[in-house]
Amino acid sequence: MSMNEAKERHGVLMDLGQERPQVPVRARNMSPIVPRASISGRALVAVVAIMTFLASMTTGVVFLVSASAAEWQSDVASEITIQVRPVTGRDLDRDVASVVQVMRAQPGIVDVRPYTKEESGKLLEPWLGTGLSLDELPIPRVIVARVSPGTALDLADLRRRAVAVAPSTSVDDHRAWIDRMRSMTGATVFAGIGILVLVIVATIISVSFATRGAMAANRPIVEVLHFVGAGDRYIANRFLRHFLRLGFEGGAIGCVAAMLVFGFSESIANWFSGTPVGDQFAALLGTFSLRPVGYLALVLQTVVIAAITAWASRRTLFATLDDID
Amino acid sequence: MVRFENVGLRYGLGPEILRDLSFQIPAHSFQFLTGPSGAGKTSLLRLLFLSLRPTRGLVNLFGQDVSLLGKDEVAGLRKRIGIVLQDFRLLDHMTTYENVALPFRVMGRDESSYRREVIDLLKWVGLGERMDALPPILSGGEKQRAAIARAVISRPHLLLADEPTGNVDPTLGRRLLRLFIELNKSGTAVIIATHDITLMDQYDARRLVLHQGRLHVYE
Repeated sequence: MSMNEAKERHGVLMDLGQERPQVPVRARNMSPIVPRASISGRALVAVVAIMTFLASMTTGVVFLVSASAAEWQSDVASEITIQVRPVTGRDLDRDVASVVQVMRAQPGIVDVRPYTKEESGKLLEPWLGTGLSLDELPIPRVIVARVSPGTALDLADLRRRAVAVAPSTSVDDHRAWIDRMRSMTGATVFAGIGILVLVIVATIISVSFATRGAMAANRPIVEVLHFVGAGDRYIANRFLRHFLRLGFEGGAIGCVAAMLVFGFSESIANWFSGTPVGDQFAALLGTFSLRPVGYLALVLQTVVIAAITAWASRRTLFATLDDID
Repeated sequence: MVRFENVGLRYGLGPEILRDLSFQIPAHSFQFLTGPSGAGKTSLLRLLFLSLRPTRGLVNLFGQDVSLLGKDEVAGLRKRIGIVLQDFRLLDHMTTYENVALPFRVMGRDESSYRREVIDLLKWVGLGERMDALPPILSGGEKQRAAIARAVISRPHLLLADEPTGNVDPTLGRRLLRLFIELNKSGTAVIIATHDITLMDQYDARRLVLHQGRLHVYE
């Protein structure tokens, strides 16, 4: 309705009320349709922050375990250990030299280091203690061979050739140990995913309750919006903005807290270094420092949690709007 | 514009409170809806506003069978209907200006495009100086006028008013009646639910009388 039209339509009613001083026509700051204070956001922000923190810690630890396990595996996989056991009637030193020759002739093996009798004996010291005469014991001799990375050795052939020159030789490429490592890493990742799923489900439930509460508190506003012809989508969007912001606020707090934990973890780990617990963690996780891709994953995860917050809120909004008219 | 055929309404499993209503509201018409308290005036207005669905019969609004309408279509039709309720239903966190401008805001219009229009109407209903006041500090009469202004600001095709003069003195009641008459002259069909005989005596208009759940029309 233009101003002239309005005057034409309402002109006869100009006697309504007393004559008022002119009110300047100026831009007005419009209040939000859904007041921010009407949504008890603090509790929701805290819930989302805690959930994001837990999810970030889980993801971060899964990353650390995976990275450490990959590191161990590549270290171990690039090494094979040969044991030559003493057998009556054979010269152990000669057998070791023959096996070393076979190993050195093998393409892909870059370094072969036979342990001397004394060195082999030292390896047993942690179990047998010092001061024992090792001459009486049939201590096997260890040869460590380093394989150039990426080489696929024909281990059966190598084993056959080593046994041909020294029948008491055994060759171990640590496959069983690596398999165990793999299954342990897999279990850790699986447990991590399980925790993430639980965290996400708990987030969805919390957000749904918060949304329902906010809708109940703002029911009169929803009814008035229906009166003036607002559709469900319009009304839902007014609420959704709040919940999206709350989701991002909570997500950002949780994510930054987790990043700080990982960022300062090296300093924290240093405090505990030398203690049994610290050493155990260092052995399991290496350093706590997360790689850049890990931080990126945390950020992406936060965006996903904020999006889930918005989605859960939207779903509840439409379900509740169906009940209010 | 509005056609009811054998419409009945009951709440839950209770008795039928509106029975066999058959009537039409032509475009540009003006009518009072009256009857004793509890006769079902507000329920009939809610049927007309689509916030209730009839338990039987046909309601046709703006050429559409309301039983076939989805939620979005209902919202679209409501933009063509203005309603003034007994309890005003103003939003307490919004100023009088913002409350009256709400229909435009919901339509997605820019504030600068309707600012002058809203201010003019507020002045005409005597709320020129109460534009920035929040509803909790308005008197009953001021709230009434703000609610009426919100209902008429978007020039609805149909205006429904439930006891619109119930909270104002007789002088202001007459002024508000004139506002409705002027709105009607500019093309809006008006239905005023009231049991204020004095108000109805001031304007010769069609009367729809609800009694014991049935409607009697006096042209």
